[in-house]
Amino acid sequence: MPMSERNNQGFVRIINGPIVTIDLPGIRSGEQVKIGELGLVGEVISLNGREATVQTYESTDGVRPGEPAEGLGWPLSVELGPGLLGGIFDGIQRPLEKIALQSGDYIRRGLALPGLDRERQWAFEPNPELEPGKPIGPGSVLGSVQETETILHKILVPPGLEGELTELAPAGDYEIEATIGHLRDRQGHSHRLKLFHRWPVRKPRPYRRRDDGISPLITGQRVIDSFFPQLKGGKGAVPGPFGAGKTVVQQQIARWSNADIVIYVGCGERGNELVDVLESFPQLEDPYTGRKLMEKTLLVANTSNMPVVAREASIYVGLTMAEYYRDMGYDVVMLADSTSRWAEALREVSGRLGQMPVEEGYPAYLSSRLAAVYERAGRVETYDAGPGSVTLIGAVSPPGGDFSEPVTSHTKDIIETFWALSKELADARHYPSIDWVTSFSAHVHAAAEWWHKEVDRRWEARRTQSLALLARDAELSRIVNLVGPEALSDAQRWQLEGAALIKEGVLQQSALDEVDTFCSPQKQFALLDLALSIYDKGMTLIELGVPVSHLQDLPQLAKARRCKSMYNSDQVASITALTRETEDAFEAIRLEYAKQHSDD
Amino acid sequence: MSIKEYRTASEVRGGLILVRDTPGVAFGDRVRISDGRGGTRDGQVIRASNEEVMILVFEGTDDLDLEAVWVRFLDEPVEIALSPEILGRELNGLGEPRDGRPPILSHIRRAVGGAAINPAARSYPREFIQTGISTIDGLNSLVRGQKLPIFSGSGLPHNRLAAQIVRQAKLKDEDSSFSIVFAAMGVSYADAKFFRDEFASSGVLRNVVMFVNLADDPPVERLTLPRTALTVAEYLAYDLDRHVLVVMTDMTYYAEALREVATAKGDVPARKGYPGYLYSDLAEIYERCGRIHERHGSITMMPVVSMPSDDITHPIPDLTGYITEGQIVLSRELHNQGIYPPVHISPSLSRLMKDGIGKDDTREDHPKVAAQLYALYARALETRNLASIIGADELSERDRRYLKFADDFDQRFVGQGEAEDRSIEATLNLAWELISAFPRDSLTRLSETELAKYYQGND
Ligand SMILES: Nc1ncnc2c1ncn2[C@@H]1O[C@H](COP(=O)(O)OP(=O)(O)O)[C@@H](O)[C@H]1O
Ligand SMILES: [Mg+2]
Repeated sequence: MPMSERNNQGFVRIINGPIVTIDLPGIRSGEQVKIGELGLVGEVISLNGREATVQTYESTDGVRPGEPAEGLGWPLSVELGPGLLGGIFDGIQRPLEKIALQSGDYIRRGLALPGLDRERQWAFEPNPELEPGKPIGPGSVLGSVQETETILHKILVPPGLEGELTELAPAGDYEIEATIGHLRDRQGHSHRLKLFHRWPVRKPRPYRRRDDGISPLITGQRVIDSFFPQLKGGKGAVPGPFGAGKTVVQQQIARWSNADIVIYVGCGERGNELVDVLESFPQLEDPYTGRKLMEKTLLVANTSNMPVVAREASIYVGLTMAEYYRDMGYDVVMLADSTSRWAEALREVSGRLGQMPVEEGYPAYLSSRLAAVYERAGRVETYDAGPGSVTLIGAVSPPGGDFSEPVTSHTKDIIETFWALSKELADARHYPSIDWVTSFSAHVHAAAEWWHKEVDRRWEARRTQSLALLARDAELSRIVNLVGPEALSDAQRWQLEGAALIKEGVLQQSALDEVDTFCSPQKQFALLDLALSIYDKGMTLIELGVPVSHLQDLPQLAKARRCKSMYNSDQVASITALTRETEDAFEAIRLEYAKQHSDD
Repeated sequence: MSIKEYRTASEVRGGLILVRDTPGVAFGDRVRISDGRGGTRDGQVIRASNEEVMILVFEGTDDLDLEAVWVRFLDEPVEIALSPEILGRELNGLGEPRDGRPPILSHIRRAVGGAAINPAARSYPREFIQTGISTIDGLNSLVRGQKLPIFSGSGLPHNRLAAQIVRQAKLKDEDSSFSIVFAAMGVSYADAKFFRDEFASSGVLRNVVMFVNLADDPPVERLTLPRTALTVAEYLAYDLDRHVLVVMTDMTYYAEALREVATAKGDVPARKGYPGYLYSDLAEIYERCGRIHERHGSITMMPVVSMPSDDITHPIPDLTGYITEGQIVLSRELHNQGIYPPVHISPSLSRLMKDGIGKDDTREDHPKVAAQLYALYARALETRNLASIIGADELSERDRRYLKFADDFDQRFVGQGEAEDRSIEATLNLAWELISAFPRDSLTRLSETELAKYYQGND
């Protein structure tokens, strides 16, 4: 039914928390609806005869049966254009800083504010390769504006439009609503092109094709990059009980990863965690560009006290903005903290609809929805801007820390990297508490190629050796706990010592340590090599008969543990020098020992 | 709209009443129910349509006779009257007097439901609060605007600890004290009395607002009680510029009341019968705490959560831990050894510690000292465990040092008097004393400079 003929006015029938039943024949599934005198916005989730069930993004307190309900004619969409970076938006892309100006410290209901600033002027540079008469299509780059110092924002033809460019505006300052070009489609209709367009969030944005290129996402976190690496365009999960370090892992990736754009979605988590990002990112420097981190970051916030339905939407809102920057040829990383809260929002709505729960109250479609969300990650060939990628990393908050619960277990089947956080490690303040036994990455071989070319040919061997040593450590610790340390041979004790060096000198990395919070791949390998060189050299000595007690208290061991905080990523040479120095020290012990023995 | 009155109650079950043919009643509105025998009860609309509304009755539905019930829709949300006179009062979950004094009268009335704080309006909490308790100040520091619960178990001294914190909490070098909002849900008469006497004897009563719902009071009233209490806290903090410390005990009884009502409504249960929205519901309460740009006052929150069967993975402590900014966990084992306060530091955590301590806030060595103590204690607990299997005599000299440290730490650092108010310097100095039992080279969490300045060992 065309909009004009359709009656889009109806009324409220039943209010059941955020779920409202309205009487409005002809409304479509997924359509946005304005509810009541306050004008609360919601979305149609099911239809039944004249009636529609609406999930509202705001509290329905005070709404009465009989109040008006109006169909808006479009699905939940976001605005895509310059002015997103550096901002903080709520779960349906309303700008929270503007809301604060209008409604004070608390969020008033019924505010309708567009995501993008209408007044701000942007200096538009048309694409020099375009001229009237040229064919253009979805994703064609019409020109660009400098959105922040580092990020050139490409103005794209919205997906769905194709035809001939009939007009392109000259360079100059424009507001986002200004027309910067015209396109004539095959039917001869003319369309106005602006600096922004809208896109429905539940529909993945199209691209030319998937791209199989390989490039690691460097996060500056050793246990991730060196042990369980992620690729650009990959999908990963960080499950862990409360306090294990999920948020810190995600914030560290937001701070230090080599992504061009960072989208941080606070989905049902703490308000103060977003404030932390908002207050610290404008001060912190991006290690790759030297510019302030906030210039490449945007936040989506639906904190745990904000309405639950908008929580479900927030993930899609974040993803759509991520895909948009991908379509400009950028590598985007989106962090979703926490996907469990998103799943719980699904559960809540499904429960209120009386749908049959299958496990722990979750509806049967949980796994397919989860898979569809993660499927929006990926590396693609864009229409007109080369390769781009969206890496999606979701925190998972299993109740009671039980990884067999539905959200964790379904997520585990979908993702490629699994950074499992352990309560035991966190309780012992071993951070990041990523458990090397239960974590995995499907990308080790792919990443190895990069490491071998860019950093060191021994990377994969050193990684495997460390993991083997850590596994040995677990075995030996079990023995010690049964029969005591006396039962171990010197070689076995040295293995324990070696594993401890790996744990303390390499795996542990405090986000709060100014020097160590970020670690370049070169420094990562240097530290790993230092620990293993000590272990290898020590083992040779022990095989020669040097007692382990001669080695345990060597000052070099303490140095190797402190090294990460003593030298930053520009001082890798000092670490390799320490490795050589240690080797010399061990060599001296060997000579000394050989001399003593020949004297005997 | 005029006030509507109905006799059409059609069903009563577990704290809920259904009323038929009630056009235009607003969702969330307040309701007055008369039982037909001269008594009235209060309720709230939790589902509304013209054909039928569902009402949650705060006093419960025991002894209600459907035939006799009258329902009046008051056409207003659940609200509380606010004025400075509220300090020193004792009220129930709806803000009505429990102290025999007249009701609070004021033109300022606010809906207790509150609204979400805009994250863009918050400022990050950073001001260190000295509680005088070493395990908190030294290792799990509290800052102004933080929500830091005490996870406890039945018979553990959480009330004594909460009372000690209320007595001792102050900003470093400042003795501006807190206004206290005390919210008791489902606690025993004795527990409520303990706090009332505490406040009286420490002379803070004039600065306290008490909200009390005892174990034998209607459970449904527990659902509004923390909201009413927090509405008062917000008034004190943001209208009267006070720093407010909210102590809530016991959140477990709150959650149980919520489960009771959810079951009656037929909500789909998630874990252990608790509804899936328990998380969001608790968050609505806990997230009302914090600091806001350009506001002088603040709300700091210390809820008490008793862990059913001492199980930290039980939904109530679990979901609380997912929302709050850390937790102080009490241990039965330490308590049984006579150690007070029996704080088990391993599972305890303060997420906001990082910005509230260090050079400008407490002392420059504080962050690393805390990290080092944690590392030593983790290793010491492993050693203690090993010793219990193979016997202490079998341990190496290195290990025996850890074993001794574990005991010293429990006795001297964790243990302290109920009236002992340790300054943060005293806590850090004590930490160095314990740390110095180890050789310098094994203290890799500390920097060379810190060791040079504070290390007291002999190598
Ligand atoms: N890499 C890290 N370095 C230092 N501290 C950490 C690290 N990871 C976690 N922590 C500590 O653990 C606390 C909890 O971490 P957080 O990420 O908030 O946990 P979660 O999100 O899993 O509940 C943090 O406040 C911090 O004190
Ligand atoms: Mg978190």
